[in-house]
Amino acid sequence: MSELDSLKNRALDQLGACSDESTLRNWNSQYFGKNGEMLAALKKVSELPPESRKEYGQQANIVKEQLSASYETALKNCLEQAMLKSLETEKLDISLPGMVPPAGKLHLATQTLRDIQSTFAEMGFQVFRSREIEDDEFNFGLLNMPPHHPARDMWDTFHTTDPGLILRTHTSPGQIHVMRKFHPAPIRVILPGMCYRYEAITTRSEIMFHQVEGLVVGTNVSMTDLIGTITAFTRKMFGDSRQVRIRSSYFPFTEPSIEVDMDCIVCGGKGCPLCKKTGWLEIMGAGMVHPEVMKNGGYDPAKYSGFAFGMGPERIAMLRHAIEDIREFWGNDLRFLSQF
Amino acid sequence: MKVPIRWLKDYVDFDLPLEALVNRLALAGLEVSGIKHWGVPAPEGLRLGTEDPYPVWDKDKIIIGLVTKVDKHPDADRLKLPTVEYGLGRSITMVTGAPNLAVGDTGQKIILALSGSVLFDGHATPKVLKELKPGKIRGITSDGMVCSGFELGISEDHDGIIILEDDATVGMPLVDYFGDSIIEIDILPNKARCLSMIGVAREVAAMTGGKLKPLEHKPHTFGPSITGKVNVVIQDTSACHRYTASLIENIKVAPSPAFLKRRLHQAGMRPINNIVDITNYVMLEQGQPLHAFDYDVLCSRAKGKTPEIVIRFATKGEKIKTLDGLDRELSAETLVIADSLGPIAIAGLMGGAETEVTESTSRVMLESANFDFLAIRKAMKSMALPSEAATRFSKGIHPDQVIGGANRALQLMQEFAQGVPAEGRIDCYPSPKPLQVIDFSLTEAKRILGIAIPIEECTKLLTSLEFKVEKVSNEMLRVTAPTHRLDIQVGVADLLEDIARLYGYDKFPETSLSEQLPPVLIDPELDFERKIKDTLVHLGLQETIAYSLTSPEAESAFLESSKPAYVTLLNPISSERTVMRQSLMASIVSLAQANLKHTECVKLFEVGKVYQKVSGQALPAEPYKLAIAICGPRNKPFWVEDSSGKNNLNFYDLKGIVEGLASGVHLEKVSFKPGNHPALHPGKSAALLIRDKVAGMFGVLHPKLASTLGLDNHEIIAAEFDLLTLASGLPVRYLSKPVSRFPAALRDIAVVVDQSITGQTVTAEIQAAGGNVLKVARLFDIYQGDRVPAGTKSLAFALSYQADDRTLNDKEVDKLHKKIEDRLKHVLKAQIRGKEV
Repeated sequence: MSELDSLKNRALDQLGACSDESTLRNWNSQYFGKNGEMLAALKKVSELPPESRKEYGQQANIVKEQLSASYETALKNCLEQAMLKSLETEKLDISLPGMVPPAGKLHLATQTLRDIQSTFAEMGFQVFRSREIEDDEFNFGLLNMPPHHPARDMWDTFHTTDPGLILRTHTSPGQIHVMRKFHPAPIRVILPGMCYRYEAITTRSEIMFHQVEGLVVGTNVSMTDLIGTITAFTRKMFGDSRQVRIRSSYFPFTEPSIEVDMDCIVCGGKGCPLCKKTGWLEIMGAGMVHPEVMKNGGYDPAKYSGFAFGMGPERIAMLRHAIEDIREFWGNDLRFLSQF
Repeated sequence: MKVPIRWLKDYVDFDLPLEALVNRLALAGLEVSGIKHWGVPAPEGLRLGTEDPYPVWDKDKIIIGLVTKVDKHPDADRLKLPTVEYGLGRSITMVTGAPNLAVGDTGQKIILALSGSVLFDGHATPKVLKELKPGKIRGITSDGMVCSGFELGISEDHDGIIILEDDATVGMPLVDYFGDSIIEIDILPNKARCLSMIGVAREVAAMTGGKLKPLEHKPHTFGPSITGKVNVVIQDTSACHRYTASLIENIKVAPSPAFLKRRLHQAGMRPINNIVDITNYVMLEQGQPLHAFDYDVLCSRAKGKTPEIVIRFATKGEKIKTLDGLDRELSAETLVIADSLGPIAIAGLMGGAETEVTESTSRVMLESANFDFLAIRKAMKSMALPSEAATRFSKGIHPDQVIGGANRALQLMQEFAQGVPAEGRIDCYPSPKPLQVIDFSLTEAKRILGIAIPIEECTKLLTSLEFKVEKVSNEMLRVTAPTHRLDIQVGVADLLEDIARLYGYDKFPETSLSEQLPPVLIDPELDFERKIKDTLVHLGLQETIAYSLTSPEAESAFLESSKPAYVTLLNPISSERTVMRQSLMASIVSLAQANLKHTECVKLFEVGKVYQKVSGQALPAEPYKLAIAICGPRNKPFWVEDSSGKNNLNFYDLKGIVEGLASGVHLEKVSFKPGNHPALHPGKSAALLIRDKVAGMFGVLHPKLASTLGLDNHEIIAAEFDLLTLASGLPVRYLSKPVSRFPAALRDIAVVVDQSITGQTVTAEIQAAGGNVLKVARLFDIYQGDRVPAGTKSLAFALSYQADDRTLNDKEVDKLHKKIEDRLKHVLKAQIRGKEV
C-alpha cells in the first residue's frame, strides 16, 4: 500500500469517527491546515526523483480532492444534524412578555388636527394661524356683532384686565385676519387653533378647546359648494357611507347659516346613547359669509361670496374613540395619551 | 320656549305627527331640545334624548268625575269618603286624604283614577310609577282615587287634588280633556319672533302648508273714551320707540280660569291673578310683553291732575320698590316708566310694587310698549333681572306688535275679568318704523345658493312666511317684510336664509369648488413645528398640551422676572387659572409630576404658546415655545436582563434628546454653554445656543424648587426653548457628505486630563489632529477615581479612521493616531493611558 493510500484510509477513518462540528474542524486543520498532513504529502513531490514526480503528483491531487469532498459532505451533514437538533431543543417560552420599544406619541388633539388638515389639504385648503388673545372688535365687532348684540350671548367670554382684550371664543377672528391679508385674492384656508370659553369644566365642556374653522372666498363660491365640501370631508374622516344632514341655524357672521349632522357612527341612525337616540351627530356649524363680514374683510359682497365652517377636533376625537370625558385632553395622563 | 301642542293648534291647522313636527322644526332652525308629555304616550319614532318615565293616562281608567257627596271616614278623622259619578250612571266611593275636599262637599269636578291605573306614587321621592290596586284603607274598600297633579305627572303639587273647571265633561277620559305634549324649542337669536305661540305657529304654517287661523282679537264693546285720562311723554325716543296706554275699568280681580292657569303652568309661568295672568298669557301668545298698572293708584299719585306717564332714564340714585318686594337703586342707564312722583316701573324689566294690580284694583292702565333692545339688555344685565319680558325685549320686538298685544289683552280682560275697556288708546310712536322693502334678484340667489330656485317657488316660500311679494321682472321680486320681522336687515342674504330652509337643504346638490385655487401660503414656522414634534416623538417623547391658563404662583419659580407682566383674566373660573402662562417649563414640570404618581418613567414635551405683554402694544406677543421634561429609569426593568441597579434618566439623556432634535431637523451652529435658569440646578444645566444666540435652557430641576414641589424622590430634567430661535438654525438647505467605500480602521484612545478640561475641548483637539481622515471620535467612557491622579479624569474615545480614496494601511493609521496623542499631550497636557512611561 502506498503512502498516499494509507494517508487516505487513515484520514477517511478519522473523518468517519468525527461526531460534531469541532472534531470535524480539527480534522480539517490536521490534514488541510498550514502544517497539515495533506499539504505535507503534496509538498513531498519535490523530494521525489523527477521521473516519479508526475505520477505521485496526480495521485496526491486525487487523494486531496477525495478527502476535501468527503470533508465538505461530512461537515454539511453535521451542520444539518446540529440544526435539526437545535430546532428540537431550543424552545423559547413565547408566553413571556415582549419588550416594547419606548415610543413617543403625538397628543390625540394634534393627531386629530393633522387628520383634519390633511383631509382639507387634499381639497386645496391651506393652513392659516392667528393670535389667541384678541380685541373685542376682531372677536365680535367685525364678525357682525356690535357691542351688546344678542348673539354675543352664544359665547361666554374670558375678559382680561385690559379693557377690550379678550381670549378668543372661536377661531372666527382669523377670518378677518386672513381676508385683510389676502384681499382681493381668492381664499381657501383652514384656521386651526385654541379657543377659550368662560364655562364650568365638566365631562362635556372645557374652558379651552381647539377649533378648526374653514374659509373660502372667491367670485364663484356657493352654498352647494359648501355642502359638497363638508360632505366630502365627513366621508373622508368618518367613512364613505356617511349620510349628512343640513339644518338651518344661526350665526351672526354667516347668512344663511347651517348646522351639519351626520348619521350616528355607532348606530347608523337607529338611535343609541351616543347620539342621544336622535340618530344624528352634530359635527359642525357653517354658512355663507355674511355680507358685512365680507366688507369688513375687504371684499365687495356684490362681487365676491364665501363660505365658512367650524368644528371641534376634540369633539371629533371623542366621537371616533368613544371618549366620555373631555377633561382627559388637557389632563395629559400618559395612561390616556399613550392609547392613541 | 315651551310650546304645548294643543295651544299651538289654536293658531294653526296642521296634521303632522309629533315626531315629524319635531324633525321639521329642527331642520328649519327651531331645534326641539326637550319634550314633556301630559298623559299621552310618546310616539314611537320620536327621537329625543332619554326621557324619564311618566304616567300615561289610560282612557278607560283615568276619567273626569263629579263629586256627589263626601262622607266622614268612620275610623280616621283626616280621611274622607267621596262618592264620584263618572258617566253612564257609574259611580264609586273611595277613601281620600285630600285637604281640599271636605266632608259635605258636592259638585266638584275631579279626576278619578280607577284601580289598574298607573300613576306616580304620591308618597315616593324620587318619583316611582305604581299601579293602583284595590284595597282597604282603615277598613273601607277603596277601588280608586282622586288625583293630584303630582300623581298625574304634571306638577310637583302633592297636597291637593285637582279641581277642574265647570265645563269639564263628566265621564270624559282625562287624556282627551287635557292630555298634551309640550315641546321646548331652543330659540336662536335671529328667531326671537318665535318666542311666542303665534311666532312658532307661523313657522309651522310655512313649513307644513297648514293654515294660520285669524288672529284679530279685539274687545266688542267699549266704555267712555280714554282721552284726557292719561298723558304719555316719551323723553328718550331712542330707548323707547313706542308707548301705548289703554284703560280698562270695572274689572274684578280674581283667580284666572283653569285653562288659562294650566297653559301658563305648561309654559313655565306661575299664575297670580286674572289681570297679571292675562298680560303674561298675551306675551306668551304674541311675544309682546305688557304691564298692568293700578290706574287709581296713578290717579292718587297725580293728586287730582291727569296722570302723566313719562318714559325716561332714571336719575342716578333714584329708587323704586319692585314687584318682588326689593328696594332697588337705579343708575342713569336704567330706563324707567315714571309719573310726577318718580319711577313706577323699570321699563321692560319689572313693575313697581306701589302701582301693582291687587285684589282691590278696579281700573287698570295697560302698557303695551316697545323698548330698544340694547337699553333693556344693558339694564337686564346690570340689574340681573332676566324676566320673561326682559328676555323678549332684549332680543328685539317689532314696534307694530304693541297694538295686537294690547287688543288681545283688553278682549281677555273683558271676557275673564268683566272689564270695560275705554274707547281708544294713547299711542306715542314718534318715528314709525318704515316697511322693509327688498329687491330680490334671482341671479343673486343663484350666485349665493348655487342652485336656481324658480321664481314661482321663491314667491310661494316667501308668501308662506307672510312676506308681500311683487314680481318686477322675470328675475326680480320686490319683497316687503311682514311687521313681525326684525331680522331682515341686510337684504337678500336674509331672504335667502328663509328660502333655503323652507325649500329644504336636502334638495341642494353637493358640488365641488370650481373657484380657482389661491396662491400658495407659506408658513415656515408651522412646518418647523411639525418637524420638531415628529422628531421628538421619534426620540420617544410623548406630546402633551397643557392649559394655557395658570396662576402667577404656579410659575414664579420658573421666571427670570420677579414681576412678569401678565395677561390677567377679569373673570377667572378658579384661583388656579387667573393669568395666561409665561412659562412652558412650569406647566410641563407639573404634568411630569402628576404622571410620576402612576408612571415610573415620563418623557414629555409640549410645543405651545406663552403670552407676554409688550409695552407700547395693545396686543400681547404669543411666541411658541418648546418644553421638555424627563424623569425616571432609562430602561424599564426587563425580564431578559439583570434588572438590579436602576439607571435613571439624567442630564445627558435630555442633552441627547436636544442633540437628536437638532440633528433630526438639521439645525446648524448648535452649541452649548453652562446654563443659568432660576428653575434649574446651576451646575447641572446648560444653555442651547443657535448661531451664538441662546434658544433656551435645560437641565436638572433646582433641588430647592424640587423640594418645594415635593419632588425629593424624583429628579426631573426639564427644558424650555424658543421656537423661533431654534428655527433660526435651519439652513436654507443642508448638504450631504459622500460615503467612503474603503474600510475603516478602529482604534481607542484613553486620555487623562485635568478635571477642568471639558469633554468638548478634548473632542475638538482630537478632531483637529485627526483631520479629514478621522471620521468619528465618540466618547464612550469617563473615569474619575483611584486609578488616576487626583484632580484628573480619564476620557476614552472610540476613533474611526477612514480615507475617502484608498484603504489606509497600518502605518498611516499609527502615524495619525500618534499625531493625535502628541497633540493631546502637548495642548492639553494629557497623559495617554496605557502609554505611561
